[in-house]
Amino acid sequence: MSNDPTHQFLVNKIVPIEIGGIDFSFTNASLFMVATVGVAAGFLYLTTSQRGLIPTRLQSVSEMSYEFIASMLREGAGSHGMKFFPMVFSLFMFILTANLLGMFPYFFTVTSQIIVTFALAVFVIGTVILYGFYKHGLGFLKLFVPHGVPGVLLPLVVAIEIISFLSRPISLSVRLFANMLAGHITLKVFAGFVTSLSALGALGIGGAILPLIMTVAITGLEFLVCFLQAYVFAVLTCMYLNDAVHPGSH
Amino acid sequence: MFVTAAYAQSTTTEGEAHEPAAAGEVHTETGVAHEGEHGTGVFPPFDSTHFASQLLWLAITFGLFYVLMSKVIIPRIGGILETRHDRIAQDLDEASRLKGEADAAIASYEQELASAKAKGHSIADSAREAAKSKATADRTAVEADLAKKITAAETRIADIKSKALADVGAIAEETATAVVTQLIGGTVTKAEIAAAVKASAGN
Repeated sequence: MSNDPTHQFLVNKIVPIEIGGIDFSFTNASLFMVATVGVAAGFLYLTTSQRGLIPTRLQSVSEMSYEFIASMLREGAGSHGMKFFPMVFSLFMFILTANLLGMFPYFFTVTSQIIVTFALAVFVIGTVILYGFYKHGLGFLKLFVPHGVPGVLLPLVVAIEIISFLSRPISLSVRLFANMLAGHITLKVFAGFVTSLSALGALGIGGAILPLIMTVAITGLEFLVCFLQAYVFAVLTCMYLNDAVHPGSH
Repeated sequence: MFVTAAYAQSTTTEGEAHEPAAAGEVHTETGVAHEGEHGTGVFPPFDSTHFASQLLWLAITFGLFYVLMSKVIIPRIGGILETRHDRIAQDLDEASRLKGEADAAIASYEQELASAKAKGHSIADSAREAAKSKATADRTAVEADLAKKITAAETRIADIKSKALADVGAIAEETATAVVTQLIGGTVTKAEIAAAVKASAGN
């Protein structure tokens, strides 16, 4: 079973909990969610505990992630969007840490579960919708009516805008989920080639070098993808929040 | 979130219908349970039996993370950055203030230098003027002195000359008397001689 590439995504119960007939067990996925929160919050907390005027290396990592997200949000949603900074920062740090933790062998990748990424995407879109209607009332619906469109085309354009808006939580969640899933499966498949080829004797060991190089290269690529997907998720969150803050400027 | 929870609930029953045997196994042996689950052929990430648990734990952990970030981490890092920003601005202000002071010091130095130069020039000028006027005064004094001496000498020369000229008549008279006495042996009155001298002088 250890060569099965989907084995790593199995959810195992650690502490079975059942409330009202629904299974709320503490699973390995839950364990790694807790680990993600512990690692991310612990890192940010411990590295900034000195409050150094001149930062240490690790403190500047925390500061850089803060400023990175702050400038991203300011560019994406303007200064009015800065009230969402805790949300975007939490999302980015959570996804990044979960992705990077998943790179450890035998670790569970929280973001390779569609339900997790979908819940995060729904959280983003839900915030956009709730804040949009709270702040602008029905004016939020201007989001679906772009400026300068001829009257004949307007129903079509509005329909397209609504479909594109509704597909956002799906694209947002599937993008992250599929990237993490595909990366881990690819890695597992190539690593599986190494073991199965090297079991074939001397020739097999020679032939196993190629998948080994691929495994190393893909591991490097996966680290890039881990960061990139967290970045993309945060950037898209900023763009969607911009719609909630400035629905007319679409 | 509530939508997906409901979705998870509806699919949970579906999943149980799929694999009643696996549900029984789960209670007894967690390590082997996934073997049974995998046997159903459900791709693990789409296995809906764990959706409710995933959502609950995601809500708990991410909620906790969000609270930690917004209450502790973000104010702290924001504070650090703000303190640094203030400090840098303060240092820049201080630097520009010191630069202003330095500029003012240079300006006042330049001014001092210019006024000192001007003063030096004026001292030199006045000294030169004084020396010049003193030289002129000395020269005029010397010239006046010389002129006086020249005049004195001239008057003395004139005196001597006139005296000498006056003596010439007397000498001529005496000489003439002596000559006449020697030549003629007679006596000639002084008045005659004088008249003769005068007549010859008049010639």
